Amino acid sequence: MSNEAILHSSVVAHDHHDSHDDTHHEHHHHETFITKYVFSQDHKMIAKQFLITGMFWAVLGGFMSVLFRLQLGYPDSTFPWLEDIIGKWGKGGHISAEAYYALVTTHGTVLVFFVLTAGLSGTFANLLIPLQVGARDMASPFMNMLSYWFFFLAGLVMLSSIFVETGPFSGGWTAYPPLSALGSASPGSKTGMDLWIIAMALFVVSSLLGGLNYIATILNMRTKGMSMTRLPLTIWALFFTAVLGVLSFPVLLSGFILLIFDRNFGTSFYLSDIFVSSVGALPNEGGSAILFQHLFWFLGHPEVYIILLPAMGMVSEILSTNARKPIFGYMAMVGSMFAIAILAFLVWAHHMFVTGLNPFLGSIFVLLTLLIAVPSAIKVFNWITTLWRGNIRFTPAMLFAIGFVSLFISGGLTGIWLGNSAIDIHLHDTYFVIAHFHIVMGVASMFGMFAGIYHWFPKMYGRYLNNNLGYIHFWLTMIGAYLIFWPMHYQGFAGMPRRYYDFSVWESFKQFADLNRFISTVATIVFFVQIMFLFNFFYSIFKGRKVTSTNPWSSNTLEWTTPINPGHGNWVGEIPEVHRWAYDYGKDGKDFIPQTTPVGDDESVH
Amino acid sequence: MSTVLVIAVAVLVFLVIFQIAKASEYVAILKGEDRSRKENNKINGFFMITFLIAGLIGVYYCNELLVDKTLFAQPSASVQGERVDDMMKLTLVITGIVFVLTQIALFVFAYKYQENDNRKVFFFPHNNTMEIIWTVIPAIALTVLVVIGLRNWFFFTSDAPKESAVVEVTGKQFGWIFRYAGEDGVFGKKYYRMIDPANNSLGLNWRDSADINIKDDPAAHDDIVQDQTMYVVKEKPVKLIINSRDVIHDVGLSAFRLKMDAVPGTPTTLWFTPKYTTKEMREITGNPNYQYEISCDQMCGNGHYSMKGIIEVVTQAEYDEWQAKQKPAYYAAFPDKDPSNQQQAVPVAVDSAKKVTALSSAKSISTASN
Repeated sequence: MSNEAILHSSVVAHDHHDSHDDTHHEHHHHETFITKYVFSQDHKMIAKQFLITGMFWAVLGGFMSVLFRLQLGYPDSTFPWLEDIIGKWGKGGHISAEAYYALVTTHGTVLVFFVLTAGLSGTFANLLIPLQVGARDMASPFMNMLSYWFFFLAGLVMLSSIFVETGPFSGGWTAYPPLSALGSASPGSKTGMDLWIIAMALFVVSSLLGGLNYIATILNMRTKGMSMTRLPLTIWALFFTAVLGVLSFPVLLSGFILLIFDRNFGTSFYLSDIFVSSVGALPNEGGSAILFQHLFWFLGHPEVYIILLPAMGMVSEILSTNARKPIFGYMAMVGSMFAIAILAFLVWAHHMFVTGLNPFLGSIFVLLTLLIAVPSAIKVFNWITTLWRGNIRFTPAMLFAIGFVSLFISGGLTGIWLGNSAIDIHLHDTYFVIAHFHIVMGVASMFGMFAGIYHWFPKMYGRYLNNNLGYIHFWLTMIGAYLIFWPMHYQGFAGMPRRYYDFSVWESFKQFADLNRFISTVATIVFFVQIMFLFNFFYSIFKGRKVTSTNPWSSNTLEWTTPINPGHGNWVGEIPEVHRWAYDYGKDGKDFIPQTTPVGDDESVH
Repeated sequence: MSTVLVIAVAVLVFLVIFQIAKASEYVAILKGEDRSRKENNKINGFFMITFLIAGLIGVYYCNELLVDKTLFAQPSASVQGERVDDMMKLTLVITGIVFVLTQIALFVFAYKYQENDNRKVFFFPHNNTMEIIWTVIPAIALTVLVVIGLRNWFFFTSDAPKESAVVEVTGKQFGWIFRYAGEDGVFGKKYYRMIDPANNSLGLNWRDSADINIKDDPAAHDDIVQDQTMYVVKEKPVKLIINSRDVIHDVGLSAFRLKMDAVPGTPTTLWFTPKYTTKEMREITGNPNYQYEISCDQMCGNGHYSMKGIIEVVTQAEYDEWQAKQKPAYYAAFPDKDPSNQQQAVPVAVDSAKKVTALSSAKSISTASN
């Protein structure tokens, strides 16, 4: 038997999308390449588009971090190949300060917005909402398509900013004015910044179109019997994510619009009393640079939860499925996500404790910030209790879900440090902050995303990812993530500031040269491990082991009642009716009871 | 050449891993999916517990290796910073306990409850008592941290004591400018359009300028302006009035465990009481090159990383000696007004009483230094 034959020996015939409900989606019989793969209105295809575009940006953003970590780890070495790939920015094989800051800024922007917002909730909201609530597609498939293409356009504009003469924006992903408003203060704030704002504005449009659609679909298009309290936690999480996005992204856009005015039309929203060495005193007076920070963080903080909540939802679902045990405290999970969503709007100024904020106002934000630890703690304890006395299957998805919980604990606890203004006044903008948010938001959410990809890959492509590569991917990434970010806490304890190109002249910070080299080396290795994952991903799309049963993980949720390769419209014939919540695992001695199974007379009540 | 070699090795390693992974997938299918899944489960369960143990040892080892390089290895240089240190230690204990317990629970459960054909899953969808307990306990712990934190926060942000020295700190791309009030104890007015990089880096109102409605402010005539190094007195509270000339900067005082942004157009303040002179700190740290460094902690442009200032903490006597040598910046801009350049000069056109005192005291300083 040939290898291929072994791999695909048990292929079963499965329904393609040509046999489904005629009255609904007749026109999809005549799909062309363009309507199927490019301007598709099928939520599943849009999800894949978001995912693969997100991967592109993840590779680019990740590679940027490898480049700037080279500078931090090996400030005295030269890498002649740098000049080949980044030209004048890497003259003599040495990354210039300008390039370093541009890389740091683009890395942050791209990872936060393009990868962990669009790539994460764009992918899984699109894929899972219709499938798990029992709908044939989104409320507005056309808007959904636009949402992707605005994102694509945002990406093109951002990409083009890398190639302008004065370089891409280099003032940090938070884009604080006046630095971001004044081309004379930094070359990156010239054309690069205009393109950055345009890209971000397009991105806001994309995320609003998507978010409104997600909300409308969840509220209005649930199948018969799917009450809100029967929704899988993934859907609850994506719902709160969408609400956060819809309410906070417009505020960011307003902040950007004022910034555009300040940059181009002579207004003074953010500018006052400025003397730039190269051009002298500016005419602007009466603005407040801090206003932008309020507008920015009014999105910026909810953004953290926009990134984190989908990961939490997927992790809850995957933990429960693979522990073969109901999620512990379903209502508490929903309640804590609701609390997090509300509090997310009330804590933004904890990013601004040292801006000269009114101390009393600061104290309110301390209180509200630390309050978030309570629902977060509930979630962690509930996840751990879900594992307790379960029967755990370590699929790669499950491993990443457990890794997520571990990282969420590690990174979440340091939030208690930074949320307390009296500690933040020391640790603000040090490596401690980098460690905190990379672990809790960056890596943890990335783990949630990986968990989701491994878990739902069979639904997306009708094939499996290679398991063993999945295990290698998980363990190396898990170990690597801790090796990279854990020691950074100590650099923070030394007061080492972020966004420094070189520490060699600092008596207080230069003692970490060895550690920096170590971190850079591990980061590079971990980056290549991710490339291996991508290889697995694309290889498996075409050559992976084929899925032979509709429900490979023995899961309860609705997406596993669709054909292995569902067409546009998802279900053949009627959409199934739902009779129970999504977490009847191990009930009455039964391994699992799908949501579509009617409640039996003799079933126990809990 | 070596780069090519590295890439070649990387690709090779990658291919080997991929081939092994692929081959073991074939083996798994031939063996039967169920059996291979159970084998993988055992391996990963073992890794879980190994990761936990290695991880906890790693956390300990990392601490051993690095803690001496952090500020925990030296006392806080300010009274305020001692409170920050105490709070960090308390928070470390609380979060540390939670960290260890939850990580142990997570990985031990993962290991212990790995798939086993004989285990019957415990159907345990919720338990109100447990959920209330783990809502209330974190809430109490956090209340403690909030109360202590806010007491310190209000202490840090309270008004500086009356006897404090006052220094104005101004950030610019990429350096720091310090201003002292001079003999009169009053900071003269300034306006950013008066800035002249050559001799008036802060834009002090040293002359009438009708077109922008500025009047000469005599209180500005005796202000002392210096770049890069700030002098403060040990055990005497010092209040910083923080400004920026261009973009947002941040006065980062890691040795003192404090920082505050410098925002153009909106002055901020920060006060602290230094505990050790720079010399004492050199002995404490055993580093003869030790300096109290001001680091810019807010991204301010391409030279951000080089925006360094120095704080010299000295005794009162040393401070007095230093102060006596300082000349008001006004005289550097207007040498003809410098009393030491015109021995006989007596102020003729006197604008205000203040100017007389300012000039005469400046004169007395300059004579004293001679």
